[in-house]
Amino acid sequence: MAARSREVRTGPLLAPAVTVLLFWMIVPLALTLWFSFQRYNLQNPMITGFAGFTNYKILLFNARLWISILNTLVLVGSVLAITVVSGIIFAVVFDQEFPGRNVARLLVTAPFFIMPTVSALIWKNLLMHPVNGFFSYVSRWTGLPVVDWFVDLPMISIIMIVSWQWIPFATLILVTAMQSLDREQLEAARMDGAKGFSMFWNITLPHLLRPISVVIMIECIFLLSVFAEILVTTSGGPGMATTNLSYFIYMRALLQWDVGGASAAGVIAIVLANIVAFFLIRTFARNLERD
Amino acid sequence: MKASRTSLIAGIVGWLSAIVMFFPIFWMIVTSFKTEIDAVVPSIVFEPTLQSYAEVNGRANYLSYALNSIVESIGSTILALAIGLPAAYACAFYPGRRTKDLLLWMLSTKMMPAVGVLVPMYLLFRDAGLLDTRLGLILLFTLSNLPIVIWMLYSFFKDVPTQILEAGRMDGARFWTQLRYILIPISLPGIASTALLSIILCWNEAFWSLNLSASRAGPLTAFIASFSSPEGLFWAKLSAASTLAVAPILIMGWITQRQLVRGLTFGAVK
Amino acid sequence: MANLRLQNVRKSYGAVEIIKGIDLDIRDREFCVFVGPSGCGKSTLLRMIAGLEEITSGDLLIAGKRVNDVPPDERGLAMVFQSYALYPHMTVRENMGFALKLAGVPKPERDSRVEKVADLLELRQYLERKPKALSGGQRQRVAIGRAIIREPEIFLFDEPLSNLDAALRVQTRIELARLHERLGSTMIYVTHDQVEAMTLADKIVVLKDGRIEQVGTPMELYHHPVNRFVGGFIGSPKMNFIRTSMASASAQAVEVVLPGGTRMRLPVNGAGVSTGDRLDLGVRPEHLRLDEQGPLGGTVIVVERLGNETFVHVELAPDMIAIAQVDGASTLQVHEKVRLSAEASASHLFTADGAALPALVRHPLVAAQIK
Repeated sequence: MAARSREVRTGPLLAPAVTVLLFWMIVPLALTLWFSFQRYNLQNPMITGFAGFTNYKILLFNARLWISILNTLVLVGSVLAITVVSGIIFAVVFDQEFPGRNVARLLVTAPFFIMPTVSALIWKNLLMHPVNGFFSYVSRWTGLPVVDWFVDLPMISIIMIVSWQWIPFATLILVTAMQSLDREQLEAARMDGAKGFSMFWNITLPHLLRPISVVIMIECIFLLSVFAEILVTTSGGPGMATTNLSYFIYMRALLQWDVGGASAAGVIAIVLANIVAFFLIRTFARNLERD
Repeated sequence: MKASRTSLIAGIVGWLSAIVMFFPIFWMIVTSFKTEIDAVVPSIVFEPTLQSYAEVNGRANYLSYALNSIVESIGSTILALAIGLPAAYACAFYPGRRTKDLLLWMLSTKMMPAVGVLVPMYLLFRDAGLLDTRLGLILLFTLSNLPIVIWMLYSFFKDVPTQILEAGRMDGARFWTQLRYILIPISLPGIASTALLSIILCWNEAFWSLNLSASRAGPLTAFIASFSSPEGLFWAKLSAASTLAVAPILIMGWITQRQLVRGLTFGAVK
Repeated sequence: MANLRLQNVRKSYGAVEIIKGIDLDIRDREFCVFVGPSGCGKSTLLRMIAGLEEITSGDLLIAGKRVNDVPPDERGLAMVFQSYALYPHMTVRENMGFALKLAGVPKPERDSRVEKVADLLELRQYLERKPKALSGGQRQRVAIGRAIIREPEIFLFDEPLSNLDAALRVQTRIELARLHERLGSTMIYVTHDQVEAMTLADKIVVLKDGRIEQVGTPMELYHHPVNRFVGGFIGSPKMNFIRTSMASASAQAVEVVLPGGTRMRLPVNGAGVSTGDRLDLGVRPEHLRLDEQGPLGGTVIVVERLGNETFVHVELAPDMIAIAQVDGASTLQVHEKVRLSAEASASHLFTADGAALPALVRHPLVAAQIK
């Protein structure tokens, strides 16, 4: 439909959203960039001055930054792998008819709606507590060694909690995507002799590739900034074991009050996110073309 | 024969997964009905009591945190819809050459990691007197969710056939009339789903709400977070508080699951 | 007086011109059909008349008044959309009454007018239903009812029958013709189906690539197409085009050499035709008949029997196939050899640029101005 600019001015309709988001984009980013070049620590607010690239140099030579980046990648990568594979399996399973399917699906997707602080604390206390937690109870009952989760396997514990929250997301998206699979295409494949695994591999999976890429990219956006779960369980520890980039910056900013350093790390986080963003925008641009 | 065998396997796997995935929530709810002493013993057999709920509600704090969650979620949703609905309308029905670029740019703003701008936002809020205020959090939630709200509304608006609006034109409906009598009634389910998604995202938001709020404007996410360094027995109270905190959102999420997919994937999956 | 005039109307999208200078007069009470292949601009033209698309240049006059800048609802028009575009959240009654409601007509009067139109279209028992509870044919009637109730000067129809199945299409076509008779309003109707055009129209406008190819009554277009495109577009099965070479030409007649060597003489004005010019013979299947001594000969490759008539596809030469209409009782089989002759006075000659050589005799139906 041609733009009827004579009758409706789109300007005022778009202005609030554009202004607001423009502010959100420019001002904080500009400030972060500015601060990253300043010597500014809130514990010693008197010492100020242009620091050049000092903050960056300190950071980039600080092993802790790299450990936190590595932890971030491990966390994101593991959760992606677990959630996508589970999501695909669940999508196939819940596409079949079986008694109580809808109820079962509701139960599977429930964890996504639980707030992160609740998820983390329930897992940490009620389930993973080495003395009174449910897992320890089961271990004792079955004779398996009791695991002190957050001490012995901190990163794995965090990965478990985050995966638990995001498997429903992948499941929900992929179950919905399965519904758009053309039944006639499936029937044509049946006539050609495809069934069971070959049907899945040759017809279902290719159809799901686009939604899977969407799931991966959206999860990336959110997983890069996992924060609350770490805050309420391990506080980044033991040592640096569960410190991801988000937590690293948080510590620097609000615990050490190193504004300059935290800002520099923030810039690095933004750069990282932009790399992922580049691929995401490309995919969505293609989607828009198709509409 | 084949069909019923796959059905059986699917049923077993499906129900097993459902039980495993839901178990932590189930356990939380069960524990909320125990006394603190029972709570540390992982058994299903116990004397149910509402004592823990009473203790949670007894603390004046809880209610004020809950109120904050409600005010901040609903407030942010109203603001996001007020800003986002006209924008989505313009993009869906009066697209220009730049519309696609505009939408993609809005999407890109969502990708900025909140942690990257934690420092300036903290300092800005401090200097503007917005730290630990409901308004401050409402603004931040709205900024975070605006791209999702706009894309989701855009996706629903695009589903309304333009010919219906043109028929309205021929019948004499101008802009506001079209909106009131045709567009909004038809896309009401979509608008409702968008509102619900916004409420869910605000309610569960756990970065700004933890860092930029304290006792005055802190929502339930912060309240629950305080249990991470408690004294004494607290599992039952934690479970009760958690059950209360998550119940409304869980129900909302269950009801609108299908429609949420559009918003969560920026319209890529319907 | 519900007449309409287009004067040098043009439309461009950016640098691309899609409507390239249309001049047209539509008289009061006329049923005018815009017909043409996909992409010819017929729907765009209709939407420009409706006011849903802007007119880049040129004038649109309704009842003598220039309406380019008048909003759609003030032009005295009503439109029936291809998808019907009913308001899904309103009942049939509310759908039909919407325009009146916006115009501030009080409820009692609204109801009585809605009921009158519902009676006219046999929709009375569906008034409280919503569109999703109606069949395709019923929805279409509601769409028409919504248009009628506005008592417009001119009705616009955008391919209204294309979403109906074949049987319903025929039935509804007849109802539309009777509606026109009854209401006596001017109607502008867009379709890609030439059967609809032929049966419904007082005047047909054939469009191609944004230009008018020919305007005329159905009989005019059928018997005297001005070019090859119109000749091939109107009439089903399609007109046969047979490559010929010119033998002699004058203003009184043209003689051509047919494939196979025989000659044929046609009563057309050949002034301006030079030796060696390419001429295509256009003959409709119904004007080819079996003739032992006929000038055209070939092998039957397909036989289509419809009961009342039979169409035989004859291969006159490699890559030249002609379709002839023969009697339903014919016993022709594939692979048989046949000879055909063409009715000269009903045949046409088209030059290389597609123009038809003018016929010297007007067909009686056209001469008597029978539509």
